[in-house]
Amino acid sequence: MTLMSDRNQLAYIAAQAADSRVNVEIETEGMTLNIGPQHPATHGTLRIVARLDGEQVVWAEPVCGYMHRGYEKLTEVRSFPQVTTLINRIDWLGSFANEVPFILAAEQLMEVEAPPRAQYIRTILFELSRISNIALFLGDMAAQLGAVTPVFYAFRDREYVLNLIEGATGGRFHPNFDRIGGLKDDLPAGWIDETKAVMKKMRNFCDEMETLLVGNEIFQHRTRGIGIIPAAVALQYGLSGANLRASGVDWDLRRDQPSPMAWNKADWKVWTHPDGDSFARYWVRLQETRESTRIVDQLLDSLPAGSVMAKVPRIIKVPEGEAWVSTENPLGEMGYYVVSKGDTGPFRVKIRSASFNNVSISSWVLRGVYVPDVITILSSLYFILGDIDR
Amino acid sequence: MTQLSSTAETATDSAREALVARLTEVLGDAVVGSYIKPGLDVWVRVRTDAWRAAGHAVRSHLGMDYFDFLSMIDWLPSPFGKGEDDPTEPPPERSTEVVQGYTGGDTRFQMLARVMSSSSHLGITLKADVPDEPFAVDSWIPVYAGANWHEREAHEMFGVSFVDHPDLRNLYLPTGFEGHPLRKDFPLLARMVKPWPGIVDVEPIPAEFDQDAAEEPAEEAST
Repeated sequence: MTLMSDRNQLAYIAAQAADSRVNVEIETEGMTLNIGPQHPATHGTLRIVARLDGEQVVWAEPVCGYMHRGYEKLTEVRSFPQVTTLINRIDWLGSFANEVPFILAAEQLMEVEAPPRAQYIRTILFELSRISNIALFLGDMAAQLGAVTPVFYAFRDREYVLNLIEGATGGRFHPNFDRIGGLKDDLPAGWIDETKAVMKKMRNFCDEMETLLVGNEIFQHRTRGIGIIPAAVALQYGLSGANLRASGVDWDLRRDQPSPMAWNKADWKVWTHPDGDSFARYWVRLQETRESTRIVDQLLDSLPAGSVMAKVPRIIKVPEGEAWVSTENPLGEMGYYVVSKGDTGPFRVKIRSASFNNVSISSWVLRGVYVPDVITILSSLYFILGDIDR
Repeated sequence: MTQLSSTAETATDSAREALVARLTEVLGDAVVGSYIKPGLDVWVRVRTDAWRAAGHAVRSHLGMDYFDFLSMIDWLPSPFGKGEDDPTEPPPERSTEVVQGYTGGDTRFQMLARVMSSSSHLGITLKADVPDEPFAVDSWIPVYAGANWHEREAHEMFGVSFVDHPDLRNLYLPTGFEGHPLRKDFPLLARMVKPWPGIVDVEPIPAEFDQDAAEEPAEEAST
């Protein structure tokens, strides 16, 4: 038992009595709070309807659909090479990574494999889009907690990576660079040295973020123990990517699933965190960005020579069949279930986007939290609206 | 794929065969078809009334603890093609034959769901026929809580209803939206109201431009 002086004891009891009076008062009137659809924490237009009891959320539900573009229907009237233009816009911060699983699914049905150099460059660009995507998260989460500096650092350093993507593909946000059988072009001259310099900068950026935020007392208070998702629940809801690894599940599709990409040619580590709270999700993503820079560095060193395009017919017709290919995208598992009927276009494409599953857990995880933590939790789950609404 | 050595490939294939065998053991004759694509994936089709039982079976007997996605396929060939028909001509004859994919089937609509195991990293794709009457299957929410949103999406996009689903409101579409957009007989209106400019030359090309077009190499429509 804690020993208290009489004076302290009296003050403590008075404070407790005041607390309970406040609680009783607030319990009597419930309130429905509408967050969004235009809230800066929602990365787009997601609306959250929360029923409050005082400061506590007793029930919350995300309302999406403000940005639904019907890509699954649109793919049915497009040819296979045209689809990449659409799916670029699903997760718009990591566009190149969206193209890869679809192209791999088409290649799987056609029984075509990209040449080794194309596989390496694909993997490098994939990791670059991860770095540019997650870098924004690393700064943005701090902005949701009221810290302004990190978000400027994030925008500044992300620009270097976007310049690299632009240099190689011609597009900063929507590269549309992946082709069935390989890539549109080889890398431009001088790109490799520049990339290595930028990777050093990005590692510095990660160090900066770590010093600024991870050790920061306010950041820890706002994120540790907040929004805990146990592994069993995370799996049931289909949480993937860093959200799942932050709940202690050691599973990364890049490592655990055979695919015609070059991840297994590099030496890197999958990070997990046992806590499953907002802090863990931030920390895992921070480590992942570091690992991505390592992957890029190693693949650039061992980049094989040769062509970047396999022999494919001029008019692409994909043989009849069904294929499911998913990859570990910046936001989590992204996959395409492609059904082909032997035509130039797909018969049906089911897009499994990571954020859809990641956000569907929010009504579970937001129950019982305090209002300011709603923002922290949503921000740490990290979703892109285009990736929910498709 | 080819990166896998052949021994590893046969190992995963036999693991997939074991999955199908175990599922057949649990569900009995409710398993009506299965297909293994060597080195890649496994498909199992179950009877409609065993849809939820199949979910329970893969979760508790096959260790598939990770819910990936749930959706539907409409196997009817689109009566509108790609919406590239000339609106002044009568519409061309199109096949209306319903041909199902892997593991076959008897109905136009089929359920499609994929689950995975977080320990063995193997996945399984489940299918089930959905008859027109009643156009419904059992909800998977008691098995995987994450199926909630996926079922709401399938409900609004295909019109299928899920028995025991607590809240089948529209997820994406506005309340009161008529029709089910992902059905093949739902026209893509953007292609219906205006001919697709990428394919059809709406107006004849003026002569002075026509000559330029003849000199340049013909551009492929697909790029």
